[in-house]
Amino acid sequence: MNDRHAGHVKFDNVGLRYGTDPEVLSNLSFTLYPGSFYFLTGASGAGKTSLLKLLYLAQRPSRGAIRMFGQDLITMPRERLPDLRRQLGVVFQNFRLVPHLTAFDNVALPLRLAGADENRVMKAVAEMLDWVGLTHRAHAIPATLSGGEQQRVAIARAVIARPRMLIADEPTGNVDPEMALKLLRLFEALNNRVGTTVVVATHDVHLLKKVPDSLIMRLNKGQLSDPTGALRYPPRPAAAGEAGA
Amino acid sequence: MNTPPPLLSDAPETDSAADLATPARNRAAARLLPATRFAGPIPWVIAILIALVMIAAAGGLALKNLATSASADLSAAVTVQVIEPNPELRAARGAQAVRVLTAMDGVRAVRLVPEAELVALLEPWLGEGATSGDVPIPALIDVELSRSAAPDDVARITAALEETVPGARVDAQSDWLQPVYRALSALQWLAVGLIALVALATAAAVWLAARNAFAGARDTVEIIHLLGATDRQISAVFLRTVLRESAFGAVVGAGLGVAAVLLLGQQFAALDSGLTSGGGFGLADWLVIAAVPLTGVLIALLTARITIAFALRDML
Repeated sequence: MNDRHAGHVKFDNVGLRYGTDPEVLSNLSFTLYPGSFYFLTGASGAGKTSLLKLLYLAQRPSRGAIRMFGQDLITMPRERLPDLRRQLGVVFQNFRLVPHLTAFDNVALPLRLAGADENRVMKAVAEMLDWVGLTHRAHAIPATLSGGEQQRVAIARAVIARPRMLIADEPTGNVDPEMALKLLRLFEALNNRVGTTVVVATHDVHLLKKVPDSLIMRLNKGQLSDPTGALRYPPRPAAAGEAGA
Repeated sequence: MNTPPPLLSDAPETDSAADLATPARNRAAARLLPATRFAGPIPWVIAILIALVMIAAAGGLALKNLATSASADLSAAVTVQVIEPNPELRAARGAQAVRVLTAMDGVRAVRLVPEAELVALLEPWLGEGATSGDVPIPALIDVELSRSAAPDDVARITAALEETVPGARVDAQSDWLQPVYRALSALQWLAVGLIALVALATAAAVWLAARNAFAGARDTVEIIHLLGATDRQISAVFLRTVLRESAFGAVVGAGLGVAAVLLLGQQFAALDSGLTSGGGFGLADWLVIAAVPLTGVLIALLTARITIAFALRDML
């Protein structure tokens, strides 16, 4: 199996505990394949956010091994983590917009951090804000935006740099159904056209049906189950074919 | 809903985030965090500390110059006293001592201090007793050697005078000032100690201020950290603040310090004392004093950099 088939992300017997508390995640072993679309479901407290924190490099596991884009996260020095983080797009559960920056500057952050040309930043951000329907709010700071608007800014920020992997924690929780569908189509487009691996944590069972080729990982008390074969290789013929294409 | 999502329609497929993942050189760092400020009085604290260091440094340099000047003046000088109550005999032995001393190798100049001059020197302390002749005043001879007066030189002169001038006593003038030199040296070390303590206090003030500024911006730092900001990008924002505020403190402190040094210089100059006249500053001294605010800014930057680096290490 070559590195591409080995997957973007590979968890091997991973456990996570906070301090001396019991493990919130136990014995997680799975592979996320390039170009696949995953839903992560589970009840509140099942460990979804903890698993996403491992994925977006906010935590190191207490045990086990994680490889991401061919690199070992356990032994990787922290100086190299920013390069890896710039290949991720993250929609945080509570949006985590930078409070003193406008919607425009929040969306521009990933590009500016990566040193993108300012002309390109201006064009890309304007385009993205237009697409999420927030052009008229471009110069508003987060405190003056509604919950739905903040969520759209957070999503625009997560996808603006075309990440190799998009990680979203309840990304449609505060938007109306029409906008939720539109955002989901954006994730699908990234997934299909750019090959971005998408991981969406959600409570919304209706959302799962909106992306027909998606795979579902279910967390229960820190353990993963596999209702759609997401954790097997190949996860599904279509996904494997796309990944290898 | 049929409109293609942005950045997917017009850009080549290979133009992904990975292509942008080259480290930025802090170009946009200024826009990442709000303009952080030290808590209120910190720039003023830095100003006061820098003024104190400048005054201490100026004091230390003045004392060093004073000691050097006094030492240069007196190190080659020897005083010979001829102690004899009989005035005629004292005058004869004084003249004899001058002859012996003038003939010796290594003696550059010999001067018998006139009695009138001695009386004038003693009058403030002895009053009319100095002029009445009731108090015997020794004959005093200033001897200037061609090099610093070593103990061997004093012993050689003593031996030469013992044979021909009974009652002659030889003293190296620098010996009299040894306690003064020791006191000046102690004061110089005190100045160095004060400078070190104040530098430490400056570093501590900046450490506290940088820690507080970091704590105040921690949420924002965490966000941009997770979005891929490097430690260097984040540090740059804080260091810019430290540079701005410590530079302000340094300029104000330098102004206060120079004003205080000039004022004290004028006060001491007004004393018109031979002792204090050797404590003036040369160009090198002024350069050292000018380096104080610059060093203060560098200490502030270094302290802040270390503080922020440690704070960032708490984050993955």
